[in-house]
Amino acid sequence: MKADTHFAFFDEGSKKEIRRAVLHAVAIPGYQVPFASREMPIARGWGTGGLQITLSIIGREDVLKVIDQGADESVNAVSIKKLVQDTTGVLTTESTQDASVIQSRHRIPEVPLTKEQILVLQVPMPEPLRPVEASEYQTKRLHAEDEYSGAWLLLFEQIMKYGRTATDADHPVVVNDRYLMAPSPIPRFDNPKMHQSEALILLGAGREKKIYAVPPYTDVTSLAFDDYPFTVESFEGKRCRLCGAEDVFMDELIDEENGETVYQCNDTSYCLERLNQQAKAEVEKEHV
Amino acid sequence: MFEEALLHVCNLNKQFGSGCSQCSNPSSRMLEKNYCPACGTVYACQDISFDLFPGEILGIVGESGSGKSTMMQCMYFDEEVTSGEAFINDTTLEGENVFALSSQKKRYIRNNKYGMVYQNPVHGLKMNFSSVGNIAEKLIAAGNRHVADMEQTSRELLESVHIPLFRMKEEPQYFSGGMQQRVQIAKALSNNPPVLFLDEVTTGLDLSVQANVLDLIKNIQRESGISMIVVSHDLAVIRMLADRTIVMLNGSIIEEGLTDQILEDPQHAYTQQLVYSLL
Ligand SMILES: Nc1ncnc2c1ncn2[C@@H]1O[C@H](COP(=O)(O)OP(=O)(O)OP(=O)(O)O)[C@@H](O)[C@H]1O
Ligand SMILES: [Mg+2]
Ligand SMILES: [Zn+2]
Repeated sequence: MKADTHFAFFDEGSKKEIRRAVLHAVAIPGYQVPFASREMPIARGWGTGGLQITLSIIGREDVLKVIDQGADESVNAVSIKKLVQDTTGVLTTESTQDASVIQSRHRIPEVPLTKEQILVLQVPMPEPLRPVEASEYQTKRLHAEDEYSGAWLLLFEQIMKYGRTATDADHPVVVNDRYLMAPSPIPRFDNPKMHQSEALILLGAGREKKIYAVPPYTDVTSLAFDDYPFTVESFEGKRCRLCGAEDVFMDELIDEENGETVYQCNDTSYCLERLNQQAKAEVEKEHV
Repeated sequence: MFEEALLHVCNLNKQFGSGCSQCSNPSSRMLEKNYCPACGTVYACQDISFDLFPGEILGIVGESGSGKSTMMQCMYFDEEVTSGEAFINDTTLEGENVFALSSQKKRYIRNNKYGMVYQNPVHGLKMNFSSVGNIAEKLIAAGNRHVADMEQTSRELLESVHIPLFRMKEEPQYFSGGMQQRVQIAKALSNNPPVLFLDEVTTGLDLSVQANVLDLIKNIQRESGISMIVVSHDLAVIRMLADRTIVMLNGSIIEEGLTDQILEDPQHAYTQQLVYSLL
Protein backbone atom coordinates (compact mmCIF):
# COMPACT_ATOMS: atom_id res chain seq x y z
CA MET A 1 0.00 0.00 0.00
CA LYS A 2 1.40 3.34 -1.01
CA ALA A 3 1.98 5.57 1.96
CA ASP A 4 0.88 8.99 0.77
CA THR A 5 -2.44 8.21 -0.91
CA HIS A 6 -5.96 8.30 0.50
CA PHE A 7 -7.72 5.05 1.17
CA ALA A 8 -9.25 4.04 -2.16
CA PHE A 9 -7.47 6.79 -4.07
CA PHE A 10 -10.09 9.50 -3.55
CA ASP A 11 -10.36 11.90 -0.65
CA GLU A 12 -13.34 11.36 1.63
CA GLY A 13 -15.29 14.26 0.11
CA SER A 14 -15.12 12.80 -3.38
CA LYS A 15 -16.15 9.37 -2.20
CA LYS A 16 -19.08 10.80 -0.28
CA GLU A 17 -20.24 12.69 -3.31
CA ILE A 18 -20.14 9.59 -5.49
CA ARG A 19 -21.91 7.60 -2.76
CA ARG A 20 -24.63 10.22 -2.68
CA ALA A 21 -25.10 9.78 -6.43
CA VAL A 22 -25.21 6.00 -5.88
CA LEU A 23 -27.89 6.36 -3.20
CA HIS A 24 -29.86 8.65 -5.45
CA ALA A 25 -29.57 6.05 -8.24
CA VAL A 26 -30.74 3.25 -5.95
CA ALA A 27 -33.72 5.33 -4.87
CA ILE A 28 -34.86 5.79 -8.49
CA PRO A 29 -34.15 2.50 -10.26
CA GLY A 30 -32.88 2.97 -13.80
CA TYR A 31 -32.67 6.76 -13.57
CA GLN A 32 -29.38 8.29 -14.71
CA VAL A 33 -27.95 10.42 -11.92
CA PRO A 34 -25.37 12.98 -13.01
CA PHE A 35 -22.16 13.09 -10.98
CA ALA A 36 -18.86 14.96 -11.10
CA SER A 37 -16.74 12.35 -12.82
CA ARG A 38 -13.10 12.59 -11.81
CA GLU A 39 -9.85 12.23 -13.67
CA MET A 40 -8.40 8.78 -13.10
CA PRO A 41 -4.91 7.38 -13.61
CA ILE A 42 -6.37 5.07 -16.22
CA ALA A 43 -7.45 5.58 -19.83
CA ARG A 44 -10.83 7.25 -20.10
CA GLY A 45 -12.41 4.71 -22.41
CA TRP A 46 -11.79 1.97 -19.91
CA GLY A 47 -14.27 1.91 -17.15
CA THR A 48 -13.44 4.98 -15.13
CA GLY A 49 -17.15 5.22 -14.29
CA GLY A 50 -17.17 1.73 -12.82
CA LEU A 51 -13.86 2.27 -11.10
CA GLN A 52 -15.06 5.44 -9.39
CA ILE A 53 -18.07 3.57 -8.02
CA THR A 54 -15.91 0.66 -6.87
CA LEU A 55 -13.46 2.98 -5.13
CA SER A 56 -16.15 4.90 -3.32
CA ILE A 57 -18.09 1.87 -2.05
CA ILE A 58 -15.25 -0.49 -1.21
CA GLY A 59 -14.27 -1.15 2.41
CA ARG A 60 -11.33 -2.93 4.02
CA GLU A 61 -13.35 -6.13 4.48
CA ASP A 62 -14.36 -6.38 0.84
CA VAL A 63 -13.06 -8.92 -1.62
CA LEU A 64 -12.80 -7.67 -5.16
CA LYS A 65 -13.17 -9.43 -8.49
CA VAL A 66 -12.65 -7.59 -11.78
CA ILE A 67 -13.59 -9.01 -15.16
CA ASP A 68 -13.24 -7.74 -18.67
CA GLN A 69 -15.46 -9.47 -21.23
CA GLY A 70 -15.63 -12.50 -19.01
CA ALA A 71 -11.90 -12.72 -18.32
CA ASP A 72 -10.20 -12.01 -14.99
CA GLU A 73 -6.70 -12.01 -16.38
CA SER A 74 -7.06 -9.40 -19.14
CA VAL A 75 -4.63 -6.49 -18.94
CA ASN A 76 -7.40 -4.03 -18.19
CA ALA A 77 -8.95 -6.13 -15.47
CA VAL A 78 -5.57 -6.68 -13.88
CA SER A 79 -4.61 -3.03 -13.92
CA ILE A 80 -7.92 -1.99 -12.33
CA LYS A 81 -7.56 -4.68 -9.68
CA LYS A 82 -4.01 -3.48 -8.99
CA LEU A 83 -5.05 0.13 -8.61
CA VAL A 84 -7.79 -0.74 -6.14
CA GLN A 85 -5.57 -3.13 -4.26
CA ASP A 86 -2.65 -0.69 -4.08
CA THR A 87 -4.84 2.03 -2.62
CA THR A 88 -6.98 -0.11 -0.29
CA GLY A 89 -5.13 -3.31 0.47
CA VAL A 90 -8.30 -5.36 -0.06
CA LEU A 91 -8.15 -8.99 -1.10
CA THR A 92 -8.89 -9.88 -4.67
CA THR A 93 -10.25 -13.07 -6.10
CA GLU A 94 -11.15 -14.69 -9.39
CA SER A 95 -13.95 -16.72 -7.84
CA THR A 96 -17.37 -15.18 -8.28
CA GLN A 97 -18.74 -16.68 -5.04
CA ASP A 98 -15.86 -15.33 -2.97
CA ALA A 99 -16.15 -11.74 -4.15
CA SER A 100 -18.22 -9.10 -2.37
CA VAL A 101 -17.67 -6.46 -5.05
CA ILE A 102 -17.47 -7.46 -8.71
CA GLN A 103 -16.54 -4.89 -11.29
CA SER A 104 -17.25 -6.01 -14.80
CA ARG A 105 -17.21 -4.91 -18.38
CA HIS A 106 -19.52 -6.57 -20.91
CA ARG A 107 -20.61 -9.55 -18.79
CA ILE A 108 -22.59 -10.65 -15.76
CA PRO A 109 -20.96 -13.77 -14.26
CA GLU A 110 -22.54 -17.17 -14.86
CA VAL A 111 -22.65 -17.99 -11.14
CA PRO A 112 -25.84 -16.39 -9.77
CA LEU A 113 -25.04 -13.39 -7.59
CA THR A 114 -26.31 -13.11 -4.04
CA LYS A 115 -27.66 -10.38 -1.83
CA GLU A 116 -24.27 -10.09 -0.16
CA GLN A 117 -22.71 -8.98 -3.44
CA ILE A 118 -22.56 -5.78 -5.48
CA LEU A 119 -22.03 -5.86 -9.22
CA VAL A 120 -20.48 -2.73 -10.74
CA LEU A 121 -20.87 -2.48 -14.51
CA GLN A 122 -18.87 -0.16 -16.72
CA VAL A 123 -20.91 1.85 -19.17
CA PRO A 124 -19.64 3.58 -22.29
CA MET A 125 -23.05 4.94 -23.46
CA PRO A 126 -25.60 5.39 -20.69
CA GLU A 127 -28.32 7.01 -22.80
CA PRO A 128 -30.46 4.46 -24.68
CA LEU A 129 -32.27 7.24 -26.54
CA ARG A 130 -29.13 8.92 -27.85
CA PRO A 131 -29.27 7.32 -31.32
CA VAL A 132 -32.64 8.98 -31.90
CA GLU A 133 -32.15 12.18 -29.93
CA ALA A 134 -28.85 14.04 -29.86
CA SER A 135 -29.82 16.63 -27.26
CA GLU A 136 -29.36 15.82 -23.57
CA TYR A 137 -32.07 18.32 -22.67
CA GLN A 138 -34.53 16.47 -24.90
CA THR A 139 -33.61 12.97 -23.68
CA LYS A 140 -34.06 14.12 -20.08
CA ARG A 141 -37.50 15.37 -21.00
CA LEU A 142 -38.37 12.13 -22.77
CA HIS A 143 -37.39 10.15 -19.67
CA ALA A 144 -39.40 12.49 -17.47
CA GLU A 145 -42.44 11.99 -19.67
CA ASP A 146 -41.97 8.23 -19.99
CA GLU A 147 -41.83 8.71 -23.76
CA TYR A 148 -39.76 5.92 -25.24
CA SER A 149 -41.09 5.68 -28.79
CA GLY A 150 -37.59 6.38 -30.08
CA ALA A 151 -36.15 3.22 -28.52
CA TRP A 152 -39.00 1.15 -29.92
CA LEU A 153 -38.43 2.75 -33.30
CA LEU A 154 -34.78 1.64 -33.24
CA LEU A 155 -35.90 -1.94 -32.63
CA PHE A 156 -38.51 -1.65 -35.36
CA GLU A 157 -35.86 -0.46 -37.82
CA GLN A 158 -33.66 -3.42 -36.96
CA ILE A 159 -36.53 -5.79 -37.64
CA MET A 160 -37.25 -4.07 -40.96
CA LYS A 161 -33.60 -4.32 -41.98
CA TYR A 162 -32.56 -7.70 -40.62
CA GLY A 163 -35.81 -9.48 -39.93
CA ARG A 164 -35.09 -9.55 -36.20
CA THR A 165 -33.85 -7.27 -33.45
CA ALA A 166 -30.16 -7.14 -34.14
CA THR A 167 -28.80 -5.74 -30.89
CA ASP A 168 -25.92 -8.01 -29.98
CA ALA A 169 -25.29 -6.21 -26.75
CA ASP A 170 -26.76 -3.37 -24.73
CA HIS A 171 -30.33 -4.33 -25.62
CA PRO A 172 -32.46 -1.70 -23.83
CA VAL A 173 -34.45 -2.65 -20.74
CA VAL A 174 -37.22 -1.08 -18.71
CA VAL A 175 -36.47 -0.95 -15.00
CA ASN A 176 -39.19 -1.18 -12.38
CA ASP A 177 -41.82 -0.51 -15.06
CA ARG A 178 -40.61 3.03 -15.43
CA TYR A 179 -37.18 4.03 -16.73
CA LEU A 180 -35.65 2.88 -19.97
CA MET A 181 -32.07 1.86 -19.31
CA ALA A 182 -28.97 0.81 -21.22
CA PRO A 183 -27.82 -2.36 -19.42
CA SER A 184 -24.25 -1.65 -20.64
CA PRO A 185 -22.87 -3.75 -23.50
CA ILE A 186 -23.65 -7.11 -21.91
CA PRO A 187 -24.93 -9.78 -24.34
CA ARG A 188 -28.70 -10.25 -24.45
CA PHE A 189 -27.91 -13.53 -22.72
CA ASP A 190 -27.19 -11.58 -19.53
CA ASN A 191 -30.23 -9.28 -19.61
CA PRO A 192 -32.49 -11.76 -17.75
CA LYS A 193 -29.91 -11.96 -14.96
CA MET A 194 -30.75 -8.37 -14.08
CA HIS A 195 -34.41 -9.21 -13.49
CA GLN A 196 -35.06 -9.67 -9.77
CA SER A 197 -31.32 -9.86 -9.18
CA GLU A 198 -30.45 -10.54 -5.57
CA ALA A 199 -27.31 -8.49 -5.89
CA LEU A 200 -27.32 -4.72 -6.14
CA ILE A 201 -26.24 -3.66 -9.64
CA LEU A 202 -24.54 -0.29 -10.04
CA LEU A 203 -23.70 1.15 -13.43
CA GLY A 204 -21.16 3.92 -14.00
CA ALA A 205 -20.34 5.97 -17.09
CA GLY A 206 -17.18 8.02 -16.56
CA ARG A 207 -17.04 9.99 -19.76
CA GLU A 208 -20.78 10.68 -19.74
CA LYS A 209 -20.75 11.42 -16.00
CA LYS A 210 -23.74 9.23 -15.10
CA ILE A 211 -24.46 6.68 -12.39
CA TYR A 212 -27.53 4.46 -12.34
CA ALA A 213 -28.67 1.36 -10.53
CA VAL A 214 -30.82 -1.74 -10.43
CA PRO A 215 -31.57 -2.35 -6.74
CA PRO A 216 -32.04 -5.94 -5.55
CA TYR A 217 -35.33 -7.65 -6.45
CA THR A 218 -36.26 -5.12 -9.12
CA ASP A 219 -38.19 -5.96 -12.27
CA VAL A 220 -36.11 -5.58 -15.41
CA THR A 221 -37.73 -6.30 -18.76
CA SER A 222 -36.04 -6.28 -22.13
CA LEU A 223 -37.81 -4.22 -24.78
CA ALA A 224 -39.68 -6.44 -27.24
CA PHE A 225 -42.63 -6.17 -29.59
CA ASP A 226 -45.66 -8.43 -29.08
CA ASP A 227 -44.90 -10.44 -32.21
CA TYR A 228 -41.10 -10.39 -31.84
CA PRO A 229 -40.43 -11.68 -28.32
CA PHE A 230 -37.09 -10.99 -26.71
CA THR A 231 -34.66 -13.84 -27.26
CA VAL A 232 -31.16 -14.43 -25.96
CA GLU A 233 -28.23 -15.76 -27.93
CA SER A 234 -28.77 -19.48 -28.32
CA PHE A 235 -26.06 -22.04 -27.69
CA GLU A 236 -28.37 -24.99 -28.05
CA GLY A 237 -26.48 -28.20 -28.74
CA LYS A 238 -23.18 -26.47 -28.00
CA ARG A 239 -20.92 -27.28 -25.09
CA CYS A 240 -17.71 -25.81 -23.78
CA ARG A 241 -14.75 -27.68 -25.26
CA LEU A 242 -12.91 -27.38 -21.95
CA CYS A 243 -15.42 -27.96 -19.16
CA GLY A 244 -18.40 -29.29 -21.12
CA ALA A 245 -20.77 -26.60 -19.79
CA GLU A 246 -24.05 -25.96 -21.58
CA ASP A 247 -26.48 -23.08 -21.17
CA VAL A 248 -23.75 -20.52 -20.63
CA PHE A 249 -22.56 -17.68 -22.83
CA MET A 250 -19.86 -19.05 -25.08
CA ASP A 251 -17.18 -17.69 -27.36
CA GLU A 252 -16.97 -19.11 -30.81
CA LEU A 253 -13.44 -20.13 -31.75
CA ILE A 254 -11.83 -21.74 -34.74
CA ASP A 255 -9.84 -24.83 -33.87
CA GLU A 256 -6.38 -24.13 -35.28
CA GLU A 257 -5.66 -27.76 -36.08
CA ASN A 258 -8.74 -28.83 -38.00
CA GLY A 259 -10.39 -25.47 -38.75
CA GLU A 260 -13.62 -26.48 -37.02
CA THR A 261 -15.78 -24.12 -35.00
CA VAL A 262 -15.55 -24.85 -31.30
CA TYR A 263 -17.12 -23.25 -28.25
CA GLN A 264 -15.72 -22.25 -24.94
CA CYS A 265 -17.11 -20.57 -21.80
CA ASN A 266 -16.76 -16.81 -22.05
CA ASP A 267 -16.70 -16.61 -18.24
CA THR A 268 -13.18 -17.94 -17.68
CA SER A 269 -13.33 -18.25 -13.90
CA TYR A 270 -16.55 -20.24 -14.16
CA CYS A 271 -14.89 -22.57 -16.64
CA LEU A 272 -11.79 -22.94 -14.51
CA GLU A 273 -13.80 -23.69 -11.40
CA ARG A 274 -15.69 -26.41 -13.20
CA LEU A 275 -12.45 -27.91 -14.44
CA ASN A 276 -11.02 -27.88 -10.91
CA GLN A 277 -14.16 -29.53 -9.54
CA GLN A 278 -14.01 -32.17 -12.21
CA ALA A 279 -10.36 -32.84 -11.44
CA LYS A 280 -11.11 -33.03 -7.74
CA ALA A 281 -13.96 -35.47 -8.36
CA GLU A 282 -11.63 -37.61 -10.43
CA VAL A 283 -9.07 -37.69 -7.65
CA GLU A 284 -11.70 -38.50 -5.03
CA LYS A 285 -13.04 -41.31 -7.14
CA GLU A 286 -9.59 -42.82 -7.44
CA HIS A 287 -9.08 -42.71 -3.68
CA VAL A 288 -12.34 -44.37 -2.73
CA MET B 1 -79.01 22.62 -37.40
CA PHE B 2 -75.70 23.95 -36.18
CA GLU B 3 -72.94 21.39 -36.13
CA GLU B 4 -70.62 21.27 -33.14
CA ALA B 5 -67.06 22.38 -33.79
CA LEU B 6 -64.34 19.74 -33.59
CA LEU B 7 -61.79 22.33 -32.65
CA HIS B 8 -62.57 25.62 -31.02
CA VAL B 9 -59.80 28.22 -30.74
CA CYS B 10 -60.20 31.38 -28.68
CA ASN B 11 -57.92 34.40 -28.62
CA LEU B 12 -54.71 32.62 -29.42
CA ASN B 13 -51.78 35.00 -28.89
CA LYS B 14 -48.16 34.30 -29.58
CA GLN B 15 -45.44 36.86 -29.14
CA PHE B 16 -41.69 36.60 -29.42
CA GLY B 17 -40.23 39.03 -26.90
CA SER B 18 -41.50 40.32 -23.60
CA GLY B 19 -43.08 43.56 -24.82
CA CYS B 20 -42.71 47.10 -23.41
CA SER B 21 -44.91 49.89 -22.11
CA GLN B 22 -45.71 50.94 -25.68
CA CYS B 23 -46.88 47.59 -26.90
CA SER B 24 -48.19 45.64 -23.92
CA ASN B 25 -51.75 46.91 -24.28
CA PRO B 26 -53.35 45.26 -27.35
CA SER B 27 -55.85 48.04 -27.94
CA SER B 28 -53.33 50.85 -28.05
CA ARG B 29 -50.23 49.17 -29.42
CA MET B 30 -48.69 50.72 -32.48
CA LEU B 31 -46.87 48.08 -34.44
CA GLU B 32 -44.87 48.14 -37.63
CA LYS B 33 -46.49 45.20 -39.39
CA ASN B 34 -46.26 42.72 -36.50
CA TYR B 35 -43.47 44.08 -34.40
CA CYS B 36 -42.97 46.84 -31.87
CA PRO B 37 -40.38 49.35 -33.10
CA ALA B 38 -39.64 50.39 -29.53
CA CYS B 39 -38.68 47.00 -28.10
CA GLY B 40 -38.58 44.66 -31.09
CA THR B 41 -41.19 42.23 -29.73
CA VAL B 42 -42.88 40.30 -32.54
CA TYR B 43 -46.63 39.75 -32.19
CA ALA B 44 -46.78 36.74 -34.50
CA CYS B 45 -50.37 35.78 -33.65
CA GLN B 46 -52.88 38.23 -32.24
CA ASP B 47 -56.27 37.17 -30.93
CA ILE B 48 -56.73 34.34 -33.39
CA SER B 49 -60.15 32.72 -32.91
CA PHE B 50 -61.79 30.17 -35.17
CA ASP B 51 -63.70 26.90 -35.28
CA LEU B 52 -62.91 23.81 -37.27
CA PHE B 53 -65.91 21.66 -38.12
CA PRO B 54 -66.00 17.92 -38.71
CA GLY B 55 -65.10 16.97 -42.25
CA GLU B 56 -64.19 20.42 -43.49
CA ILE B 57 -61.02 21.85 -44.95
CA LEU B 58 -60.26 25.23 -43.45
CA GLY B 59 -57.85 27.32 -45.49
CA ILE B 60 -55.49 29.87 -43.99
CA VAL B 61 -53.97 32.31 -46.41
CA GLY B 62 -51.70 35.27 -45.88
CA GLU B 63 -48.40 36.72 -46.96
CA SER B 64 -45.04 35.64 -45.69
CA GLY B 65 -44.64 36.54 -42.01
CA SER B 66 -48.37 36.86 -41.34
CA GLY B 67 -48.17 34.20 -38.63
CA LYS B 68 -49.59 31.12 -40.34
CA SER B 69 -46.82 28.71 -39.39
CA THR B 70 -46.61 30.08 -35.86
CA MET B 71 -50.33 29.50 -35.45
CA MET B 72 -49.98 25.90 -36.70
CA GLN B 73 -47.01 25.25 -34.43
CA CYS B 74 -48.99 26.54 -31.47
CA MET B 75 -51.90 24.29 -32.38
CA TYR B 76 -49.59 21.27 -32.66
CA PHE B 77 -47.81 22.22 -29.39
CA ASP B 78 -44.45 22.76 -31.07
CA GLU B 79 -44.61 26.27 -29.62
CA GLU B 80 -46.13 27.41 -26.32
CA VAL B 81 -48.87 29.98 -26.77
CA THR B 82 -48.47 33.31 -24.96
CA SER B 83 -52.17 33.20 -24.13
CA GLY B 84 -55.37 31.73 -25.47
CA GLU B 85 -57.45 28.59 -25.35
CA ALA B 86 -58.27 25.68 -27.59
CA PHE B 87 -60.85 22.96 -27.03
CA ILE B 88 -61.16 19.61 -28.74
CA ASN B 89 -64.57 17.99 -28.99
CA ASP B 90 -63.56 14.70 -27.45
CA THR B 91 -65.17 12.91 -24.53
CA THR B 92 -61.89 12.53 -22.64
CA LEU B 93 -60.89 16.18 -23.13
CA GLU B 94 -64.25 17.83 -22.64
CA GLY B 95 -63.99 21.41 -21.37
CA GLU B 96 -60.20 21.27 -21.12
CA ASN B 97 -58.11 24.07 -22.57
CA VAL B 98 -55.58 21.90 -24.34
CA PHE B 99 -52.92 24.65 -24.29
CA ALA B 100 -52.88 24.37 -20.50
CA LEU B 101 -52.45 20.59 -20.35
CA SER B 102 -49.29 18.84 -19.16
CA SER B 103 -46.77 18.05 -21.85
CA GLN B 104 -47.60 14.35 -21.46
CA LYS B 105 -51.24 15.03 -22.28
CA LYS B 106 -50.25 17.29 -25.15
CA ARG B 107 -48.13 14.47 -26.49
CA TYR B 108 -51.12 12.18 -26.23
CA ILE B 109 -53.19 14.58 -28.32
CA ARG B 110 -50.42 14.93 -30.88
CA ASN B 111 -50.06 11.17 -31.17
CA ASN B 112 -53.73 10.30 -31.21
CA LYS B 113 -55.80 13.28 -32.32
CA TYR B 114 -53.56 15.25 -34.64
CA GLY B 115 -51.52 14.73 -37.75
CA MET B 116 -49.04 17.33 -39.00
CA VAL B 117 -47.41 17.84 -42.36
CA TYR B 118 -44.65 20.40 -42.14
CA GLN B 119 -43.60 22.73 -44.92
CA ASN B 120 -40.09 21.36 -44.60
CA PRO B 121 -40.09 17.54 -44.56
CA VAL B 122 -36.96 17.61 -42.38
CA HIS B 123 -39.20 18.64 -39.48
CA GLY B 124 -41.72 15.86 -40.00
CA LEU B 125 -39.53 12.91 -40.97
CA LYS B 126 -36.45 11.14 -39.71
CA MET B 127 -34.54 11.30 -42.96
CA ASN B 128 -32.19 8.42 -42.18
CA PHE B 129 -34.85 5.98 -41.00
CA SER B 130 -36.84 3.81 -43.40
CA SER B 131 -40.11 5.20 -44.72
CA VAL B 132 -42.03 2.39 -43.06
CA GLY B 133 -40.16 3.20 -39.83
CA ASN B 134 -41.20 6.83 -40.09
CA ILE B 135 -44.83 5.81 -40.25
CA ALA B 136 -44.40 3.24 -37.50
CA GLU B 137 -42.92 5.95 -35.28
CA LYS B 138 -46.30 7.60 -35.03
CA LEU B 139 -48.05 4.27 -34.45
CA ILE B 140 -45.54 3.33 -31.77
CA ALA B 141 -46.02 6.69 -30.11
CA ALA B 142 -49.74 5.94 -29.96
CA GLY B 143 -49.00 2.66 -28.18
CA ASN B 144 -48.85 0.02 -30.92
CA ARG B 145 -46.40 -2.79 -30.10
CA HIS B 146 -47.14 -5.17 -32.94
CA VAL B 147 -44.65 -5.13 -35.81
CA ALA B 148 -46.69 -6.99 -38.43
CA ASP B 149 -49.66 -4.79 -37.67
CA MET B 150 -47.70 -1.59 -38.12
CA GLU B 151 -45.99 -2.86 -41.24
CA GLN B 152 -49.35 -3.65 -42.77
CA THR B 153 -50.80 -0.24 -41.90
CA SER B 154 -47.70 1.48 -43.27
CA ARG B 155 -47.89 -0.51 -46.47
CA GLU B 156 -51.50 0.49 -47.03
CA LEU B 157 -50.75 4.14 -46.29
CA LEU B 158 -47.72 4.29 -48.53
CA GLU B 159 -49.74 2.68 -51.28
CA SER B 160 -52.47 5.26 -50.81
CA VAL B 161 -49.97 8.09 -51.28
CA HIS B 162 -48.46 6.32 -54.30
CA ILE B 163 -45.07 5.36 -52.89
CA PRO B 164 -44.05 2.14 -54.65
CA LEU B 165 -43.94 -0.64 -52.08
CA PHE B 166 -40.51 -1.86 -53.14
CA ARG B 167 -39.21 1.47 -51.84
CA MET B 168 -40.91 1.36 -48.43
CA LYS B 169 -37.74 0.36 -46.61
CA GLU B 170 -35.73 3.14 -48.24
CA GLU B 171 -34.89 6.28 -46.32
CA PRO B 172 -36.74 9.47 -47.30
CA GLN B 173 -33.41 11.24 -47.72
CA TYR B 174 -33.14 9.45 -51.07
CA PHE B 175 -36.61 10.56 -52.16
CA SER B 176 -37.65 13.56 -54.23
CA GLY B 177 -39.36 16.49 -52.48
CA GLY B 178 -42.79 15.37 -53.69
CA MET B 179 -42.25 11.85 -52.41
CA GLN B 180 -41.04 13.13 -49.06
CA GLN B 181 -44.23 15.15 -48.71
CA ARG B 182 -46.27 12.09 -49.53
CA VAL B 183 -44.45 10.05 -46.88
CA GLN B 184 -45.14 12.86 -44.42
CA ILE B 185 -48.81 12.77 -45.33
CA ALA B 186 -48.91 8.97 -44.91
CA LYS B 187 -47.28 9.34 -41.51
CA ALA B 188 -49.65 12.09 -40.41
CA LEU B 189 -52.62 9.91 -41.37
CA SER B 190 -51.38 6.75 -39.69
CA ASN B 191 -53.47 7.04 -36.53
CA ASN B 192 -56.62 8.13 -38.31
CA PRO B 193 -56.44 11.46 -36.53
CA PRO B 194 -59.63 13.51 -36.61
CA VAL B 195 -57.56 16.63 -37.35
CA LEU B 196 -54.80 17.09 -39.91
CA PHE B 197 -52.60 20.19 -40.15
CA LEU B 198 -50.94 20.92 -43.48
CA ASP B 199 -48.44 23.78 -43.62
CA GLU B 200 -47.48 24.81 -47.15
CA VAL B 201 -47.29 21.20 -48.29
CA THR B 202 -46.80 22.08 -51.93
CA THR B 203 -44.45 25.02 -51.61
CA GLY B 204 -41.19 24.35 -53.38
CA LEU B 205 -42.54 21.50 -55.46
CA ASP B 206 -42.74 21.48 -59.26
CA LEU B 207 -46.13 22.50 -60.61
CA SER B 208 -47.05 19.01 -61.84
CA VAL B 209 -45.98 17.47 -58.53
CA GLN B 210 -47.98 20.16 -56.71
CA ALA B 211 -51.14 19.21 -58.58
CA ASN B 212 -50.49 15.59 -57.74
CA VAL B 213 -50.12 16.23 -54.00
CA LEU B 214 -53.18 18.51 -53.93
CA ASP B 215 -55.24 15.80 -55.63
CA LEU B 216 -54.04 13.34 -53.06
CA ILE B 217 -55.09 15.60 -50.18
CA LYS B 218 -58.51 16.15 -51.73
CA ASN B 219 -59.04 12.44 -52.22
CA ILE B 220 -58.01 11.63 -48.67
CA GLN B 221 -60.43 14.21 -47.36
CA ARG B 222 -63.25 12.88 -49.50
CA GLU B 223 -62.64 9.31 -48.48
CA SER B 224 -61.86 9.69 -44.78
CA GLY B 225 -63.84 12.78 -43.87
CA ILE B 226 -60.92 13.98 -41.78
CA SER B 227 -60.92 17.69 -40.86
CA MET B 228 -57.99 19.68 -42.15
CA ILE B 229 -56.38 23.05 -41.68
CA VAL B 230 -54.48 23.93 -44.81
CA VAL B 231 -52.04 26.82 -44.70
CA SER B 232 -50.74 28.44 -47.82
CA HIS B 233 -49.60 31.82 -49.04
CA ASP B 234 -50.93 30.71 -52.41
CA LEU B 235 -54.59 31.51 -52.93
CA ALA B 236 -54.75 29.04 -55.82
CA VAL B 237 -54.02 26.18 -53.41
CA ILE B 238 -56.64 27.47 -51.00
CA ARG B 239 -59.17 27.84 -53.80
CA MET B 240 -58.65 24.24 -54.82
CA LEU B 241 -58.87 22.74 -51.32
CA ALA B 242 -60.63 24.87 -48.75
CA ASP B 243 -64.34 25.03 -47.98
CA ARG B 244 -63.88 28.01 -45.68
CA THR B 245 -60.97 30.43 -45.56
CA ILE B 246 -59.31 32.69 -43.05
CA VAL B 247 -57.17 35.56 -44.28
CA MET B 248 -54.33 36.60 -42.01
CA LEU B 249 -52.28 39.77 -42.04
CA ASN B 250 -49.62 40.82 -39.54
CA GLY B 251 -50.67 38.17 -37.07
CA SER B 252 -54.40 38.94 -37.13
CA ILE B 253 -57.42 37.52 -38.91
CA ILE B 254 -58.72 40.22 -41.22
CA GLU B 255 -61.37 38.28 -43.08
CA GLU B 256 -63.06 34.90 -42.99
CA GLY B 257 -65.87 33.12 -44.76
CA LEU B 258 -66.72 30.57 -47.39
CA THR B 259 -63.86 30.33 -49.84
CA ASP B 260 -66.10 31.01 -52.85
CA GLN B 261 -67.50 34.10 -51.19
CA ILE B 262 -64.11 35.46 -50.34
CA LEU B 263 -62.92 34.91 -53.88
CA GLU B 264 -66.00 36.48 -55.43
CA ASP B 265 -66.52 39.32 -53.04
CA PRO B 266 -63.49 40.10 -50.91
CA GLN B 267 -64.25 42.72 -48.26
CA HIS B 268 -60.88 43.79 -46.89
CA ALA B 269 -58.66 45.86 -49.15
CA TYR B 270 -55.78 43.47 -48.59
CA THR B 271 -57.89 40.45 -49.56
CA GLN B 272 -59.10 42.28 -52.64
CA GLN B 273 -55.52 42.83 -53.66
CA LEU B 274 -54.76 39.13 -53.10
CA VAL B 275 -57.76 37.98 -55.09
CA TYR B 276 -57.18 40.31 -58.01
CA SER B 277 -53.59 39.25 -58.32
CA LEU B 278 -54.81 35.67 -58.63
CA LEU B 279 -57.08 36.46 -61.56
N1 LIG C 1 -38.66 31.98 -33.00
C1 LIG C 1 -38.99 33.19 -33.43
N2 LIG C 1 -38.44 34.27 -32.85
C2 LIG C 1 -38.78 35.53 -33.28
N3 LIG C 1 -39.66 35.76 -34.25
C3 LIG C 1 -40.23 34.72 -34.85
C4 LIG C 1 -39.93 33.38 -34.48
N4 LIG C 1 -40.65 32.56 -35.26
C5 LIG C 1 -41.38 33.33 -36.07
N5 LIG C 1 -41.14 34.65 -35.84
C6 LIG C 1 -41.76 35.78 -36.48
O1 LIG C 1 -43.15 35.60 -36.42
C7 LIG C 1 -43.77 36.13 -37.57
C8 LIG C 1 -44.66 35.09 -38.17
O2 LIG C 1 -43.86 34.07 -38.76
P1 LIG C 1 -44.49 32.79 -39.43
O3 LIG C 1 -43.39 31.88 -39.78
O4 LIG C 1 -45.57 32.28 -38.57
O5 LIG C 1 -45.12 33.39 -40.74
P2 LIG C 1 -45.81 32.64 -41.95
O6 LIG C 1 -47.11 33.29 -42.15
O7 LIG C 1 -45.81 31.19 -41.74
O8 LIG C 1 -44.84 33.02 -43.15
P3 LIG C 1 -44.39 32.18 -44.45
O9 LIG C 1 -45.47 32.34 -45.46
O10 LIG C 1 -43.13 32.83 -44.87
O11 LIG C 1 -44.19 30.76 -44.02
C9 LIG C 1 -42.63 36.59 -38.47
O12 LIG C 1 -42.51 37.99 -38.30
C10 LIG C 1 -41.45 35.87 -37.96
O13 LIG C 1 -40.28 36.61 -38.18
MG1 LIG D 1 -44.89 29.53 -42.76
ZN1 LIG E 1 -42.62 47.07 -27.24
